[in-house]
Amino acid sequence: MHEWALAEAVISTASEIAEKEGIKEVTEVKIKVGELQQIELDILEFALSQLKTAKFKNARFSIEIVKAQLKCRVCSHQWIFMGENLDENTAEAIHFVPEIAHTYIKCPKCGSPDFEILQGRGIWLESIKGAK
Amino acid sequence: MVDPRMVIIEERLKETSNVIAVSSGKGGVGKSLIASTLALTLAKKGYKVGLFDLDFTSPSTHIILGVEGVRPREEKGIIPPQVHGLKYMSIIYYSGEHALPLRGAGVSNALIELLAITRWGTLDFLVVDMPPGISDATLDIIRLVKRIKFLVVTTPSQLAFETVRKLASLLTELEIPIIGVIENMKRKDSLFIQQRVEGKGITFWGEIPFDNKIEEAIGNVNGLLETVFARKLEETVSKYLTL
Repeated sequence: MHEWALAEAVISTASEIAEKEGIKEVTEVKIKVGELQQIELDILEFALSQLKTAKFKNARFSIEIVKAQLKCRVCSHQWIFMGENLDENTAEAIHFVPEIAHTYIKCPKCGSPDFEILQGRGIWLESIKGAK
Repeated sequence: MVDPRMVIIEERLKETSNVIAVSSGKGGVGKSLIASTLALTLAKKGYKVGLFDLDFTSPSTHIILGVEGVRPREEKGIIPPQVHGLKYMSIIYYSGEHALPLRGAGVSNALIELLAITRWGTLDFLVVDMPPGISDATLDIIRLVKRIKFLVVTTPSQLAFETVRKLASLLTELEIPIIGVIENMKRKDSLFIQQRVEGKGITFWGEIPFDNKIEEAIGNVNGLLETVFARKLEETVSKYLTL
């Protein structure tokens, strides 16, 4: 249900941008969702449909999944994290706060927890389109 | 590309009347004990109070409060559990007993995430236990929570006060309210800290004597509230902090 909080943030932010840009009716909202956080897309989509205001009545919410790409700061190894080998509690903790990954995930090459999340962390609003 | 979490943070705190960051330039001055005891004291007075441990890499308020076996509830975000009459939020619900090694960007992201998804509801006071210093968490809380006020903790040590002086200068320059400075762990009479605090035009909330019994009260909230430390803090709170 944490997806509802993120959906609310997307709608509020998109409304603010539409207001600033003078968009009266939003037709498309492009969102990027990182795999690290393992957001449940059907819940996110449902929450967006329930929370959208009149300005978004005919808007299409386009959601792109971005792979979680990590880079070790110690040995520079880069890898794609697919959520493998995580138990339910750990996956849930990362779902709420992706930085918890630094507690449970190590560089597969050197074992360091000191890695950078290059992409695929959380949720981003890429663009909105609409009629002015 | 826009981070949608930023816009929602003020919304999450709109029913919170006061947000007080308990901060210091240095570690080990008693920030977490003061933040926890301040929150408990305000709750005891009948206020609706939240406590948010923002010291992600070294959280300790859960030890002070003896928090065990509770988790936030999921409901269109997360709702902090009630602990000793406080709505209590900490990263430890997710990191557990494990170390959480975070660099600055990670601290910022975790802080933004928790501010964006935590639904505090109606609060008179949200007390925030800050990590020491003036790095990421301090800069972020100033940037993200426009109504933030600081309660600054020092010890009688010149070393602690030197870092507090810099923190106070930064906050003053940024026009962030400092509601007071507390001198903790006082061992002998001296006006050194009080004079310097008042000389900067900042309210000196008073001194709290070094309390040998405090360690025994860690994890035992009733015992904690009976310490000289807590009674002295309550006197100060009654004098300076009301709605």
